[in-house]
Amino acid sequence: MKIIRRSVSGTLESSDIMFQLESSQDGKNHIELDSSVEKQFGDSIRSTINQTLSNFNITNADVSAVDKGALECIIVARLKAAIYHSVSEEDRENKAFKS
Amino acid sequence: MTKLRRTMLFVPGNNTSMVVNAGIYPVDSLMFDLEDSVSLDQKDNVRFVLHEALKTINYQNKELIVRINSLSNGMGQTDLDYLIPLGKVAIRLPKTDSSQDIIDCESYIEKIEKRCGMKVGTTKMMAAIESANGVLNAYSIAHASKRLIGIALGAEDLVTDLHTRRSPGGLELSFARSMILMAARSAGISAIDTVFSDLNDMEGFRSEVEMIKQLGFDGKSIINPRQIETIVEIFSPTEKEIIAALEIVDVMKEAAKMGKGVVSLHGKMVDKPIIERAKRVLETAKVTGQLARIEDEYYE
Repeated sequence: MKIIRRSVSGTLESSDIMFQLESSQDGKNHIELDSSVEKQFGDSIRSTINQTLSNFNITNADVSAVDKGALECIIVARLKAAIYHSVSEEDRENKAFKS
Repeated sequence: MTKLRRTMLFVPGNNTSMVVNAGIYPVDSLMFDLEDSVSLDQKDNVRFVLHEALKTINYQNKELIVRINSLSNGMGQTDLDYLIPLGKVAIRLPKTDSSQDIIDCESYIEKIEKRCGMKVGTTKMMAAIESANGVLNAYSIAHASKRLIGIALGAEDLVTDLHTRRSPGGLELSFARSMILMAARSAGISAIDTVFSDLNDMEGFRSEVEMIKQLGFDGKSIINPRQIETIVEIFSPTEKEIIAALEIVDVMKEAAKMGKGVVSLHGKMVDKPIIERAKRVLETAKVTGQLARIEDEYYE
């Protein structure tokens, strides 16, 4: 699945995370994370982001995330929403969105 | 066991803090909203939030309900595509005007259940009645599907449809409340009252809760945790009521042994409807956890 357009999802409210997603210049995934719980959960959040991208076979994403203490399920949900809005209409039918 | 639906707390789907923390509130049902509290451009985002949160978070023994969007614009179907496979939520259909709305929604749910290998009929439904047509069709709506667990009044849209506005005392809603209650009782499902929006008027809220309890409603939709305590207090049987119910059941057991259908207790006639009410009080007290303690003291 390819990222073909820029999208934004989530909010900067407490317990939420905001993602900006766009296609990368070099065809690789890059993650830029700003988190209020970086020290405790930074690695875990990056791992969740990587795993979610991997579930959609995405390899060309520039991910910028501002985290305000979101649970893992919210991180996945917000990233799924960003992916959904960044891929083609055809790719939106992929079962991975509903799994 | 009796299912209590005294308190049904609205949880706006776009408020992730409320979505993840909703389980802490002592309510009977949580109603996650995808409809009016979510702007059009956020519908997709909120679907993902509810899908992931409901899949992951343990909301303990609370009944989980999602208010979906209308099926008339296609959004409701997408909501169902995401929610039904989870197998753990009941669906609240908004603005139900006729039994056909229920039949259409049920038919779509059934398709998803079959596609996912779920047992057909697993997903329960609720109908919100929010228009003059809906009120007049309440009976056929309540009987439209075995999946229905309740019907609920949605007053804000209804009063707009009636060319009036809400007022203290709720005179404008009296016919709708009565219709919805009769329809629910006829179908053997729950009757849920509408929200009370003025959080600063706790006295008015209490009056309204007392009124709907007296009418026979099972509970009320609420928009703020501050409203929980009042409803629980008013909808829970008092110690006096529980003791009276225990006495009635006891005296009838004795009467049955002697082959009597009607007996007298404290100078008042006790017959079948009174026994039924007493049993309902005891069932409710059992679910609220009040019965065990009072029963112990009563039989000491």
